[in-house]
Amino acid sequence: MASASLPVAGAQQLGSPKRQPGVSGTVKATLVPYGYLTPTMVLLVVLMVIPIVMVIGYSLMDNVIMKKNPQFVAFKHYSDILTSESFWNAVSNTLFFTGVSVIAHLIIGLAFAMMLNTGLLGNRTKAIFRTIYVLPWLFTVAIIAVLWRLLLEPNGVVNYVLMASGLAGTQVEWLSQPETALFAVTFINIWSGYPFYMTSLLAGLQGIPADYYEAAQVDGASPWQRFVSITLPQLKPIIISMALLDFIWTTQQFALIWMTTGGGPLGSTEMLSTFTYKLAFSKYQFGAASAAAVIVLVISMILAFFYVRAQKARD
Amino acid sequence: MSRAQRRRFARIAILIGLVIGALYAALPVLWMLSSSFKQNTDIFASPPQLIPSNPTLEAYTAIFTDPVKVRFFLNSYFVSLSVTVLTLLVAVLAAYALSRYEFPFKRVLNMVIVSVQAVPPITLLIPYFGLIMFLGLYNSYPGLILTYMVFTLPYAIIMMTGYFNTLPRELDEAVKVDGGSSWTALWRILVPISVPGLVSVGIYTFMIAWNEYLFALTLTKTPDMRTVPIGIQLLMGQHSYEWNQMMSMSILGCIPILLLFLFFQRYFIGGMTAGAVKN
Repeated sequence: MASASLPVAGAQQLGSPKRQPGVSGTVKATLVPYGYLTPTMVLLVVLMVIPIVMVIGYSLMDNVIMKKNPQFVAFKHYSDILTSESFWNAVSNTLFFTGVSVIAHLIIGLAFAMMLNTGLLGNRTKAIFRTIYVLPWLFTVAIIAVLWRLLLEPNGVVNYVLMASGLAGTQVEWLSQPETALFAVTFINIWSGYPFYMTSLLAGLQGIPADYYEAAQVDGASPWQRFVSITLPQLKPIIISMALLDFIWTTQQFALIWMTTGGGPLGSTEMLSTFTYKLAFSKYQFGAASAAAVIVLVISMILAFFYVRAQKARD
Repeated sequence: MSRAQRRRFARIAILIGLVIGALYAALPVLWMLSSSFKQNTDIFASPPQLIPSNPTLEAYTAIFTDPVKVRFFLNSYFVSLSVTVLTLLVAVLAAYALSRYEFPFKRVLNMVIVSVQAVPPITLLIPYFGLIMFLGLYNSYPGLILTYMVFTLPYAIIMMTGYFNTLPRELDEAVKVDGGSSWTALWRILVPISVPGLVSVGIYTFMIAWNEYLFALTLTKTPDMRTVPIGIQLLMGQHSYEWNQMMSMSILGCIPILLLFLFFQRYFIGGMTAGAVKN
């Protein structure tokens, strides 16, 4: 790395005689990287530093944006939110939604990846299946939401199949009754998210040296023993970092919930994201919404800390 | 059981497993495709028809002949392509500095770029709303393009830095020995040989912008500024749902991603599964 900071001064003077005289080569050289980084730093300040300072400021005022002269209220919004039942309901829904999604993504992703990694089938067959399996990945969340709304309509095809096969007696309103809505949105999220795991785990599986398995076979290890003592430990770093990444993303999921249930019915699918959004853009309580947004930020940063630590351990 | 028999048995078991998996993945998508060729009155026909009995292009013509709906697509293409070009431009410059220079605060800057990725969109939305209003960019293309870069830029910088790190330093040193500046080295030498990396990052960036929902929902207002994800939702707002049109718009909405996937499969997967961009 050091070589880059040692530009050949003479060559530079020869090559660019038009440069202003008086600025020494070394000063220029130390400024060069900042020149390249200026657009990035300007964008980071405008899009990240200022907004985060703003949202923290908003969260300490009584009602910003809506009021001309908002008053400072210190941590009132935080204590209001942390003692409100609807907030803790959103926390528990988010935990369920995220936890079940992450685990299911992992199981389905790993199962598909292992089937696609088999030596028993031809490469062409596997390529066809791999393409099919990636399908849910190609759709944006908005599309996934309307598609599943269509499928889960009371007189839709899912209910038809369930009733025709005798699994359900009557039409179930999957997304509009409190008992099933959270399961339904979680199910949809599982469908849309597993391909990311599958592709990464497949790459991981292909990276495990074949002689590990051969050696285990020579020792008479069963397929299950091989899975537990070779496959899982080898994939562990990938699994940990993907699960954490997925956890961060899924806790932030908004569009899927908003377009299927809007957080309802009766708050049964309210997530931290929809809770915050509603405070701001349905109730116009920007101060309280900002406090909720800061709480969400803190949670994400804690998760990100673990993610970065897992990444470092991996390197 | 003999060894050959066992292998055949295992093969069949895996094939069955793969087919069940494929049904899980593909049936909803097939249903979308089939519904887009139905009349709206046939959507909930009982028994359900996977192959429409009266196939029609009605839903597609309804979209192509409605300037408001065509506009959703034009908006999405314009915004996504702009975000992609701008992101690549800014990211290449930053990645060059991070890959080729040592300077104070480099570690801090790296940390900031990595952690920005974990900041929840909902946290940024509220201040962005205030900021965009203040800048007079509410309901405008620049407002969307600017805010989308907060999602695309960190990833693009990390990936491009990684890519540049794989390219030998001798390449740009040679340019400097010949009297060229670092600027020349970047644009004449590094960028041309980084096309695979640029394609990966570009695809990823385009997808993020194409799929974005929350900011598009909140930072635009009039139908002529809406993008495809919001457009699909607008079809849902009326008294009766135009399911067939929602499905045809969904099909049309995934076409750019599908084409990117088919033509650049290697880059696509590379871009999506972090850290895999190596030649």
